[in-house]
Amino acid sequence: MEQVVEQSLRPLIAVLASLIAVPLIVASSRRPNVRETWTVLAALVKATVVLSMLPDVLAGRMPTCRLWEISPGVALELRVDALGLVFAIVSSVLWVLTSFYTIGYVRGAGEKKQTRFFASFALSLCSAVGIAFAGNLLTFLVFFEMLTVATYPLVLHKETDAARRGARTYLAYTLPAGIALLVAIAITWSIAGTLEFVPGGFLDRTMASPALLTSLFGLFLFGVGVKAGLMPVHAWLPAAMVAPTPVSALLHAVAVVKAGVFGVLRVTGFVFGPTLMRELSLGTCLAWIAGATVVLASLLALSQDNLKRRLAYSTVGHLSYIVLGAALLNVWSWTGAILHLAFHATMKITLFFCAGAIYVRTHKENVSELAGIGRQMPFTMGAFAIGSLGLAGVPGINGFVSKLSLLAGTAQADQTALLALLLLSGVLNAAYFFPIVHTAFFRRGDGDAGFAEASPWMVVPLVITALLSIALGLAPDLGVHAWDLALATASRVTGGTLP
Amino acid sequence: MTPLPESDLPIAITMLLLFGAILTIAAGLVRRSFAWPVACVTLLVVLGDAVAMLLAVVRGGPVRHTLGGWAAPIGIEYVVDALGAFVVVVIALVSVAVALYARAAVRAENPDQEVAFLGMMLTLLLGLTGMVLTGDLFNLYVFYEISSLAGYALLAVGDRKAPVAAFRYVILGTTGASFYLLGIGFLYLLTGSLNMADVARLMPSLHDNPALPVALALIITGVGLKTALFPLHGWQPDAYTHASSTTTAIIAPVMTKVSAFVLLRLLFFVFGVDLVTRILPAGTILAWLSAAGILVTSVMAIAQRDVKRMLAYSSVAQLGYIGLGIGLANPWALTGAVLHILNHATMKCCLFLVTGSVALHARRRTVAEYAGLGRTMPWTFASFTLAALAMVGLPPTNGFFSKWYLLLGTIQSGSWALVVVVAASSLLTAVYFFRLLERIYTAPATAEPAPPAGDAEAAMLVPTVVLAVAVVVLGLCNSWFVTQVLQPALPAAIRLPGS
Repeated sequence: MEQVVEQSLRPLIAVLASLIAVPLIVASSRRPNVRETWTVLAALVKATVVLSMLPDVLAGRMPTCRLWEISPGVALELRVDALGLVFAIVSSVLWVLTSFYTIGYVRGAGEKKQTRFFASFALSLCSAVGIAFAGNLLTFLVFFEMLTVATYPLVLHKETDAARRGARTYLAYTLPAGIALLVAIAITWSIAGTLEFVPGGFLDRTMASPALLTSLFGLFLFGVGVKAGLMPVHAWLPAAMVAPTPVSALLHAVAVVKAGVFGVLRVTGFVFGPTLMRELSLGTCLAWIAGATVVLASLLALSQDNLKRRLAYSTVGHLSYIVLGAALLNVWSWTGAILHLAFHATMKITLFFCAGAIYVRTHKENVSELAGIGRQMPFTMGAFAIGSLGLAGVPGINGFVSKLSLLAGTAQADQTALLALLLLSGVLNAAYFFPIVHTAFFRRGDGDAGFAEASPWMVVPLVITALLSIALGLAPDLGVHAWDLALATASRVTGGTLP
Repeated sequence: MTPLPESDLPIAITMLLLFGAILTIAAGLVRRSFAWPVACVTLLVVLGDAVAMLLAVVRGGPVRHTLGGWAAPIGIEYVVDALGAFVVVVIALVSVAVALYARAAVRAENPDQEVAFLGMMLTLLLGLTGMVLTGDLFNLYVFYEISSLAGYALLAVGDRKAPVAAFRYVILGTTGASFYLLGIGFLYLLTGSLNMADVARLMPSLHDNPALPVALALIITGVGLKTALFPLHGWQPDAYTHASSTTTAIIAPVMTKVSAFVLLRLLFFVFGVDLVTRILPAGTILAWLSAAGILVTSVMAIAQRDVKRMLAYSSVAQLGYIGLGIGLANPWALTGAVLHILNHATMKCCLFLVTGSVALHARRRTVAEYAGLGRTMPWTFASFTLAALAMVGLPPTNGFFSKWYLLLGTIQSGSWALVVVVAASSLLTAVYFFRLLERIYTAPATAEPAPPAGDAEAAMLVPTVVLAVAVVVLGLCNSWFVTQVLQPALPAAIRLPGS
């Protein structure tokens, strides 16, 4: 299906909605209710505008907004294709829920500096949607680096020594990655003379020596792989868990880390492309890095007692599912990768929402302290159970669909070993999640306080995301046509179709 | 359009500043408070003249003025191309910003010297704009000395050690001027001419002459000293650290940048691209020395405890970028270098204005003492943060784009070591700026006495904020400057393809 470029201001509005909110949030710092109204309003506008582009994209059109040139021959260009739209929908729709949740969280936990918090949050979302819609590598980099900067104050938020350490670690990983990406893009420009994303890639082996192209891929991979939590450059993510939970929920389970894997998808599918990747055996190489990350992260997750850190390692593992799908370069694996990008988000955000609700209500952060909490907070822990089951790959929840496609992808690529790794990881997922659910529901806690849920501001969003996971598990194409969008991208990139 | 014929616009700037300086001092002798308005009006008129000149040049090509009607090459000629006109506009803009800031700052810091200070500032600008405007080698020497003499006087006003630092600069500056004078002596003996265009025309016939390398070396050393190019930067950190805030804010962004611009003019427009890059290794030597300088002085900046001194070392490092770009002499590198002349002027001026505000308003100077000031001076440090991000080279600030072009240049030159230097240096820059930002925003205020609440007064705050905004605007609009002003003004051999 040929894609038709369609001039439109909507991509720009989608990006700017949250940027415009930043000064408004800062200006109303003395009136918290007005300030939070801006956040919610921006989130709603953003989500609506993003969703309004869905019919166009499904019909094969690409809403495009080409702004002025930021370097001779390279424009600041926003272009909405199926892949970008999936990422944008995930981040902007979940931002709406997160906004409500965040209001409950920061007030419940009595966080300081809420203005800075909400302003940085809005800026992060502006960058995330900018990344989703970036039409070329330079535009991508501009928003990618803005995301790094905007997230830094959020990690540092608590201003404790631990927060400072976490924030330093965060910068120590993301800044070098940004430089690597910059160098990679500069090399790409000098060998190819273009930076526009093309489905199937625009680099080919006549442009440079194989050694240079391989190094270039390495630079790209380091550049986007840090945010994608690829091992061995994942360590910032557990460290960043010192941030308040809404940050961990939306940014460190959805927007920031997904920006990383989204970058991997863009680089493999739209810069290098399957042909060149195969010729240089880059795909196999990347697949094994991802496969190793999947298993190692799951093993590390097993040993974490701090709930958020366990979730963080789980995120590292699941991000590599997506990278693995991207690396296998066939139509099943790509469909699975893109679906997992969306579906992992609904499940993991549920889990983080739950962790935050538990913290605000009981100030408990460790798995070992959660005995009996299921009775105290039945909705929260019910949602937690759904999210865990989904991530472990139980049928009926959306995680099953994406994992199944990924398994089909490994089979299609004849990678039996990787298929086995994925199955093993499913078992490990069960091994690190089910004990939490078991402890919460079947072990008696001390005291056994009766029903004591967190505020509805927090509980309603997490119930919605849990229900969303089930709905998408039963009908993956429901609502936003995630399946169609994923399949369209996968067949454009890999040139294959589903049998 | 303008009341003056176009060819009189350049000389009008010199005359305005000359008589402005005299009038300022005369008005100040009548009554001290008269001096500042006179200086401000002069600078505003100069700014208008500079803008008119830029428009005239962009519209109709280079503007020439023959002094006293004596035709070149016998007489002295002013030649202004788009690039020169743009540099003059930047000088005028920065000096208007600093002049607005100066009244409050100078009255607080050294009230007795207000009149002399403003007079000297105009004299400095007279010298610097003259260096850009003139098309005559000896006339350039005259302006070089005028600006140096004014510079000695300005730098000597400051804390207790300022006179010593200034004296050191007198010795080194005079040495530099003598080197330059000797250099043009050689050129005069070889060519019999002092007119730049005339010397350039005769240059190809002299390529085999053994005296030419000597002239080149003398001139590069002479101008390099004033530019504070590594390793000729010895005078600079002390001079900047001990001078008064306003002095540093005008000298740091403008004087060294103008010298860098003059270096570029002499190398590529007088000696010629061929001679500098192919026949003699001058460019290569300059590039590698600059690269070494970038690393050494960045590390030195990390080691500093005084914020102003840290910024001074950082200036030398940033001038290394410019030296590197000039030395590589390829189209992208040169684009980066010239762009950085303008970009660094805006960001460094902003940073030094902030250190001035902090020194006068909160009485803090060292990195440790800056702790917690982000809370008490929010607008000041919001500006500081933007300028710091530009120094690190994060998008969408202008620093990012100079780094982007410079990287393309190093890649084009094929020396990977230099690519690594540029990449590494922005990480080193990130170390010293983020260390400071972390303290400013998260550490509790330690030093006694507690800083007064609120930002510095509006006269000091507004120029700072305007420059911070300019940092972002110049970044996003850099392409206009690159394609409209920079490229047409460069010799064809070092122009970007297609422009």
